[in-house]
Amino acid sequence: MIRKFVEKLSIHSILIFVSLLSIFPFIWLISTSLKGLDENIFAYPPVLIPQQFTWNNYVGVWYKVNFMGYFVNSMIVAGLTVFLNLLLSSLAAYPLARMNFAGKKIFFFAILATIMVPFQAIMLPVYLITIKLHLLDSVNNIMGYLGLVMPFAVSAFGIFLMRQAFLTVPKEMEEAAIVDGCNVFQVFFKVVLPMVKPTLAVLAIFTFIGSWGEFLWPSIVLTKDAMYTLPVGVNNLQGMFSSNWRFIAAGSILSTVPIVIFFLALQKYFISGENDGAVKG
Amino acid sequence: MFSFYKKYAPYLFLLPAGVVLIVFFFIPFFQTIGLSFFGYENSIYDPAFIGFGNYKKLVTSPVFYKVMANTFIYLFAVVPFLVIFPLFLAILINQKIRCVTLYKILIYLPVIVSIVVAAIAFKWLYAQNGILNYFMQTFGYNPVGWLTDPKYSLYSVAIVTIWKGVGYYMMIYLASLMSVPQDLYEACDIDGAGFLKKHLTVTVPHLMPTIALVSTISAISAMKVFAEIYVMTKGGPLNSSKTIVYYIYERAFENLDLGYASALSVVLLVIVLAFSVINVLFFEKNRYQI
Repeated sequence: MIRKFVEKLSIHSILIFVSLLSIFPFIWLISTSLKGLDENIFAYPPVLIPQQFTWNNYVGVWYKVNFMGYFVNSMIVAGLTVFLNLLLSSLAAYPLARMNFAGKKIFFFAILATIMVPFQAIMLPVYLITIKLHLLDSVNNIMGYLGLVMPFAVSAFGIFLMRQAFLTVPKEMEEAAIVDGCNVFQVFFKVVLPMVKPTLAVLAIFTFIGSWGEFLWPSIVLTKDAMYTLPVGVNNLQGMFSSNWRFIAAGSILSTVPIVIFFLALQKYFISGENDGAVKG
Repeated sequence: MFSFYKKYAPYLFLLPAGVVLIVFFFIPFFQTIGLSFFGYENSIYDPAFIGFGNYKKLVTSPVFYKVMANTFIYLFAVVPFLVIFPLFLAILINQKIRCVTLYKILIYLPVIVSIVVAAIAFKWLYAQNGILNYFMQTFGYNPVGWLTDPKYSLYSVAIVTIWKGVGYYMMIYLASLMSVPQDLYEACDIDGAGFLKKHLTVTVPHLMPTIALVSTISAISAMKVFAEIYVMTKGGPLNSSKTIVYYIYERAFENLDLGYASALSVVLLVIVLAFSVINVLFFEKNRYQI
C-alpha cells in the first residue's frame, strides 16, 4: 500500500516537473511582457509576478506591428494549403488504393520517393522555379500567396494517409453506386470521400499546424512586410525592437494565442494517442 | 462512355498531384544535382560548367568540415535524448494515474507553438543577465554565454530542439504502448519485478520497432534544423552553431553561390536519403506497401 503511494507520488512529481519545464519559457515570456517600464526585467533575483502590472506592451506592439495582417496572411496560406492537400492527396490516393492501371507501381514508388528527399535539399531550385512562374509577392498579393502555398500543395504523407483510409472503405459501397449509374468521379466525391471524413479531418489538422508554423520557405520568398505570415513577422520583432524585450515578449505571446486556442479546441486529435497514422517524419 | 472513364480515370485522378510534384519536387530534385556542377563565381546570370569543381571546393573548405562536425554533434546530442526521454515519460503517463490529459496537454504545448516563438523564448532565458545565468550564479558558477560562447552555442540550440520535440515523440510512444499486452505486466508484478526491470524486460522489447522509428525520424529532422539557428545565433559565433541547412541557406540566398549551395544540398540529400531508406524499408514498411 505504502509502496503504491510512493510510486504514484514520484510519478506525479516527475510529470509535474516536466510539465513545468515545458511551459516555463512561455511563463517567463508572459511575465516579461506584463512588466512596466520602471520595473527592471533583469532584476536579480528574477521576479516572476510583475510588480507594475501593465498591458501597455501589448497595446504598444499592436499599434506598431501589423499583427492582424500577419494573422490574415497565415490564415489564407494555411487555409489554402489545407484545401489543396485534402483535394490533391485524396484524388491521387484513390486510384492507388482501388484501381488497376498501367504504371501503377511507377506512380507508387515515385510518390514514395518524395518522402525521402528533404525540402531543404531542393529549396534553391524550388525558389528558382517559383521566380520563373512569377509566384512572388512582388508581382501581386495573390501570386505571393500561391508562391507560399504551391510547393506544399500536396505531400506524399497525405497521399499515403488517404490511401490507407480508402483501403478500409467496403468495395460494395462503390459497386452499388456504379449500378445506380454513377460515374467514377461521382462515386469518388459522393460515396467514397464522405466515408473517410475522419481521416480528412486528421490530415487537415496536421497540415494546418505544419503550414501555420512554416518559417524557412516564407522567409526565403517573402519580400513585403504586408505579406508576412506570423512566424516571419514575429522573427522580425527582434530587428524592430532590438533590445526591447517587453515588446518582443508581448508580440511573441500575442502571435501564439490563435494556435494555442486551436490546439486546446482540437486537443483530442493531438493527444488521444489514436492517431498513430498521423505520425509525420 | 464508361469504358472511357475506366481507362483514363486513374491518370485523371493522379494528374493534379502529379503536376505539383513534378514542378515542385522532381524538377528541383534533378536541378539540384545539375546546378552542383556549375560555377557562379563570375556572374549569377552566366554560370560555367565546372564539373566536380564545387565538390572540390567543398572538401578543401575548413568551414565545410566545421559545419559537418556541428551537424553530427547536434544530431548525436539530440537523437538519444529524443529517443529515451519521451519513452520514459510515456511509460509514466501510461500508468493509471490522475491528471493524465493535463500532463499531456502541457508537455505537448511546445510542439504546436511556432519554432520562432520557442526560439525567442529561449533566447530570453539564455540572455547574458537572464534568468538561466541567475540560477548558474546561485549554484556558484560563473555566468555562461549560452549563445555567445562558441563552446556552448550549439548545445544551447540543441536544448531548444529537444524541448520542442519531447511531447511529439511521447505521443508516438503512447500510441504504441497501447498494444503491449497487459498480462505481461501482471506476470511481472507477480514475480515482484521492480519498475525498471518490468519495463526493460517487457516494454522496451515490445516497443523496439517504435524506438527504431523514433530514432530515424528524429535523426532526419535533426539533419534539417534551421529555424532555431536562424532565430537565435545565425550560425555564430565563429560558425560554432552552423549546421548544414543553415549553411545551404547562407550560401544560396545570402552569397548567391548557387553551385556551391547545390553541392552542399547533394551532401544533405545523400545523408537524409540513407536515413529515410532505412526508415521506409524497415520501420514503416506496412504503411508503404503496394
